Amino acid sequence: MLLIECPWCGERDESEFSYAGEAHIARPLETEKLSDEEWANYLFLRKNTKGLHREQWNHAAGCRRYFNVVRNTVSYKISGSYKIGEQGPKIGEQGQAGGES
Amino acid sequence: MSKYSIFSLARNALSFHQNWEKAWRSPEPKKQYDVIIVGGGGHGLATAYYLAKEHGIKNIAVLEKGWIGGGNTGRNTTIVRSNYLWDESAHLYEKAMKLWEGLSQDLNYNVMFSQRGVYNLGHNLQDMRDIERRVNANRLNGIDGYVVGPEEIKRAIPALNVDAGCRYPVLGASFQPRAGVARHDAVAWGFARGADKYGVDIIQNCEVTAIRQENGEVTGVETSKGKILAKKVGVVVAGHCSVLASMAGFRMPIESHPLQALVSEPIKPVLDTVVMSNAVHGYVSQSDKGDLVIGAGIDSYTGYGQRGSFTGIEHTVAAIIEMFPIFSRVRMNRQWGGIVDTTPDACPIIGNTPVKGLYFNCGWGTGGFKATPGSGWVFAHNVATGTPHELNAAFGLDRFTSGFLIDEHGAAGVAH
Repeated sequence: MLLIECPWCGERDESEFSYAGEAHIARPLETEKLSDEEWANYLFLRKNTKGLHREQWNHAAGCRRYFNVVRNTVSYKISGSYKIGEQGPKIGEQGQAGGES
Repeated sequence: MSKYSIFSLARNALSFHQNWEKAWRSPEPKKQYDVIIVGGGGHGLATAYYLAKEHGIKNIAVLEKGWIGGGNTGRNTTIVRSNYLWDESAHLYEKAMKLWEGLSQDLNYNVMFSQRGVYNLGHNLQDMRDIERRVNANRLNGIDGYVVGPEEIKRAIPALNVDAGCRYPVLGASFQPRAGVARHDAVAWGFARGADKYGVDIIQNCEVTAIRQENGEVTGVETSKGKILAKKVGVVVAGHCSVLASMAGFRMPIESHPLQALVSEPIKPVLDTVVMSNAVHGYVSQSDKGDLVIGAGIDSYTGYGQRGSFTGIEHTVAAIIEMFPIFSRVRMNRQWGGIVDTTPDACPIIGNTPVKGLYFNCGWGTGGFKATPGSGWVFAHNVATGTPHELNAAFGLDRFTSGFLIDEHGAAGVAH
């Protein structure tokens, strides 16, 4: 069972949260000019990091706000959480699949 | 290699079964092969088998980082069916079903394929509309199936709770009689023995650490047992396809999630078919040994640890008890997890990649076991000829750019 720290509410049980995928994927500007490859890249391609992964969670049964978490996708150990818009802790160790996320 | 038969059984009985020949060799890797298959699960071994048998390519190595069939092939709930909604997936899974039906004879190895039928339950009006649509689509594609009502379900599965007053009443189901289960380990072992017979080298404990390429063409792989050269490399890994793709320098539209399953203590025969439900989200069958084989959905978060979450167990067991209250006192014996590579459209990725000579067969998500022979069949064609088989042409990596997704989410059912 994961113990996840919501930046607003503090540490809560995993069952209060819902997962919202890889973090820091910005919607491209001027979408009318995007090529099919750029759309595919934004919509579908993911780093799927094996190792330290930056990801979004939503405190669905709490404050209902989104925030970011740094979690190891092998050991599932969480090394910190931070608010949307913040850069968060630096990741020293590289993940395997997509490099640092 | 000797043929398994009643005579070989009798002959070996005379020596108290001490002198059975090994089912496959364990050779050291050669310096060079015509084809390297990365991944010694069912799909990889089936690919090697059909490459040798159907395409005459016999200088093949299957590289497996652990032991063969130790990944998702040995971790699934062994269900085989082909009742998919869309034409592309229905044709692919039906090809697999046709191969399953003759597989034990073809391999001379009993994969214990048991066509005991699969019921997909409907619990509300929309479920039933979806079931009718899917059954009609299946029949138009020549796949068996029909819609059954609660009385017929109750007759077939007495232990299932079909009371009108329960929280998720059973309004009906789709039934595919030719569906069923197969012994997952035997599938890996049978294909391994079959491939070995044609001279395929199965190399276990050999992890691929890099994919070598020159001028956009694959030249071989680096492994924990040294460098191995090949002009063609087929990657058939579950769980780690993003890791392998990043070795080759591209990204995949895939996220890896843990999926877990449980088996109970062995009990007397109580369930002689397979029951699945999308709405309460669980699936169960009973193995020949007597244990209930239970599975449900993936953990929501990505993960490479081969274990599932406790909340996952709770949801799974709650779903099973909702359908079968009689199972509430059954104790669970074992629980385990595998890593499933999920794609945005819940369909696999089979075909060519940006690197020449490098082919991928991955992204089977939660339901790859049922496709094992068909997957090997089409991928062997793809690797041998360099162009997709007509059955996997629609499943290329390019569909995420072209937008021709095959949306089997929900359509095929969550339950695999």
